[in-house]
Amino acid sequence: MRKEEKKLTLADIARFLEKYDVLELEDVTIKGDVELELGGSPGVALPPALIQALQSLMGVQRPQAPEGKELGELLPARFEAARAEWAGKIEEVTIGATRAEGGTRERTVTIGGERSLPFYNFDFEMPHKPVISLDCFDMPISLAKAVREHYEDVMEDPGEWAKKNVREFGAEMVTIHLISTDPTIKNTSARDAAKTVEDVLQAVKVPIVIGGSGNPDKDPEVLEAAAEAAAGERCLIASANLNMDYERIAKAALKHGHVIISWTQLDINAQKTLNRYLFKLGVPREDIVIDPTTAALGYGLDYAFTNIERMRLAALKGDKDLAFPISCGITNAWGAREAWMKNSPIKEDSDWGPARYRGPLYEIVTGLTLGLAGGDMFMMMHPQAARTVKRVTQMLFGAERGDDKAQKVEIADWVTWAGEVVKK
Amino acid sequence: MKLRSPMEIWGYLPGTNCGECGEKTCLAFASLLKERKRKLELCTPLFEARYAEKRKRLAELLAPEIREIEIGVGARAKKIGGEDVLHRHELTFFNRTALAYDVWDTMDAEELNERVRRITEWRKFYIGDFLTVDAIAIRSISGDAGRFAECVRAVAAQTDLPIVLCSFDANVLEAGLKEAADRNPLVYAADKANWKEVLGLVKRYKVPVTLFSPDLDTLSSLALTFSSAGVTNLVLDPGTYPTGEGLAESFSRFLRIRRAAILEEKKVVTYPLMAVPLTAWMRYGAENALEASYWEAAIASVFIIKYADIMILHSIEPHSMIAERTLVANIYTDPRRPVSVEPGLREIGAPTEHAPLFLTTNFALTYYTVESDISSNKIDSYLLVVDTEGIGVEAAVAGGQLNVGLIKEALESYKVAEKVNHKTLVIPGLAARLSGETEDATGWTVLVGPRDSGRIPDWMTTNWPPKSGS
Ligand code: SF4
Repeated sequence: MRKEEKKLTLADIARFLEKYDVLELEDVTIKGDVELELGGSPGVALPPALIQALQSLMGVQRPQAPEGKELGELLPARFEAARAEWAGKIEEVTIGATRAEGGTRERTVTIGGERSLPFYNFDFEMPHKPVISLDCFDMPISLAKAVREHYEDVMEDPGEWAKKNVREFGAEMVTIHLISTDPTIKNTSARDAAKTVEDVLQAVKVPIVIGGSGNPDKDPEVLEAAAEAAAGERCLIASANLNMDYERIAKAALKHGHVIISWTQLDINAQKTLNRYLFKLGVPREDIVIDPTTAALGYGLDYAFTNIERMRLAALKGDKDLAFPISCGITNAWGAREAWMKNSPIKEDSDWGPARYRGPLYEIVTGLTLGLAGGDMFMMMHPQAARTVKRVTQMLFGAERGDDKAQKVEIADWVTWAGEVVKK
Repeated sequence: MKLRSPMEIWGYLPGTNCGECGEKTCLAFASLLKERKRKLELCTPLFEARYAEKRKRLAELLAPEIREIEIGVGARAKKIGGEDVLHRHELTFFNRTALAYDVWDTMDAEELNERVRRITEWRKFYIGDFLTVDAIAIRSISGDAGRFAECVRAVAAQTDLPIVLCSFDANVLEAGLKEAADRNPLVYAADKANWKEVLGLVKRYKVPVTLFSPDLDTLSSLALTFSSAGVTNLVLDPGTYPTGEGLAESFSRFLRIRRAAILEEKKVVTYPLMAVPLTAWMRYGAENALEASYWEAAIASVFIIKYADIMILHSIEPHSMIAERTLVANIYTDPRRPVSVEPGLREIGAPTEHAPLFLTTNFALTYYTVESDISSNKIDSYLLVVDTEGIGVEAAVAGGQLNVGLIKEALESYKVAEKVNHKTLVIPGLAARLSGETEDATGWTVLVGPRDSGRIPDWMTTNWPPKSGS
């Protein structure tokens, strides 16, 4: 396909002339800008490339490309794109209660309220930026080294752990996972769990998420006790699921004034069903957040992304069963072996490099991906990953609008960028 | 694609149900065309002279909304664009985002060779195949045509990957084209200032070209001007600002362009889009390499998900390439492919009756991961694949799809006891909580394997064969 018509490329000519050390061409004269006479045949039309090659060889300034001249100016065009208007609106949900509201939190966090796809501010301004809740656990757990080194000093004490999340890592919310209550782990009692929740509420003044162990038989009892211990604080209770006594959890949340997470596994219909059950139990719409399940980068992230994106689109199109803020357990990213394993188990792979660089990036990419699908809230673990996801989502949200004008880099200069920091 | 249903497509086919295309009826073939699962060429009768008009019209109507262009030549040539939908579940995305990693003309020869080699040879195993990256972008930092030419020559000689020639100076670009025009490189870029010269160049060398402007009116103008001049292998770069409001605006430009192209059929912007996450490095500088690489990968993620068809990146550290390329694989996987594999008892290698028996779920991803970990390490074994409705181990244990009853049933219905002589089952570490109950219900000895199948080789050295009496 390439230049079939050409007989001799200008590169050939240049090389040819170079090879024979030709510095000057005899019998070649140049008239004006582009006309060229060769030998005894004046006026022969030569390909512009050839003219240029010859000219540059002879040190003649290169003229503008003749094709361009013929065209003159750019053809005028305007870019216009219609705004998308959606019928649906995502529920606005507030987590945490201040003293005035019957709790003891210093501030509350509100998520949801969208009338557009995430960060499509040109359709409709996103009302609340996504929020990040940093995880802590009620017992020391096995963590990837890159994560563990940040929490080693506080793993024995959930209150201290929560405090560190807020003070040192700037967490807007904290999630306490009551995993020790799992009968196959430590089988600690619901009362112990309630005590842990009280400790965490004492230790930090941000809104908190209370997570069970994920054991469907034990969680109803544990979360009920935790909800009671945290009465009036408007915590987020994680979670109600179809394969357990969700009714007991929902009723406890309702009674003690909490928000509940409705959790299903990559299944839109199950999510609609569970949400409807919750409506039937009298849970108000503004007390529901959904968790459609997070899968890690490389391990089902495509399913999680599409599942969330479809739910959000359905909600915007008017499906009220799905019009709720979405919570994502981004810490799941650490389940990917690439996040923690030292070397690839596959012998033919290129070198994986240090695991400590990979892990946080797996968390970042998983978080941003689900943020772009429709996630409103991210439960995360690695401080740097949380910081990066927060910065990017806030920028896309528009938090830095007006602030950054002076700092815009001359982006076209990336072509010649030579390693320095470009401050403009 | 301009046709909205198989019936509409059917109207353009011969309607003879001759079966030449491999389908029983023209309508069946039309359905597959609609899903972009077949090429029109398979309907050979349509290529008879009497159908010439219909064929031409149908080909036009079937063309994807976003123009598909190809860069490079040969086995590693890469198609970009060709998309028809805004959300992958509406059909699928077709041509995954091309990842182009940079080199520059001020590198010394050795450094350049090593970098080109690393990019060219990089690979990572993922679901039954090796992922690779797609292109090398050569930046002219020197601004010197001779130096650029030399660099292009060296790169072209060393790699079969497609090349992107990057400079705003037409002289420099031409020096690159002289070296590598036969490689069908993508030219970067024409802008408001240099467009006449670059237009001349790409017409002459017949290569695809990127148009750059963060101003969408100007970008549209450039696209209209080039296409009117007969140059339609275009890529649009609306600018990638790395931070702050600039980033938000860049994101919105990508969204608006792609939506206008697909939903409103705005012809002037129906071209592949380019993002340049490399601009992250301009804010962090080379001395903050880790942070810069994270920021670059973060921006890359945003634009992999939202509509970049090709992107230019700087970090070739493993963490960057693994994360970026895996995300591309995830977003561009066809969502129509099945989530699960057939349950059953698989033989890995040549297992004997003493071989270990591993259990996993029928979630395709889990299955292929475990299967490749075992086979790549040459562990002859049996793999019992149970039907968890296509859900992975951890989630299936939590959700109850992986349970003792299911395991018992699988052991019985696949007659596992007839294959092995040891009645020992290795379950995934993530299913540890099922071990006791499973022993009680099945009478088999249950060993808890590692939490990640990548550790099976290590696990084997201390745990297999099982010590008698345990
Ligand atoms: S080859 Fe063409 S005419 Fe024959 S059945 Fe297929 S679509 Fe119909």
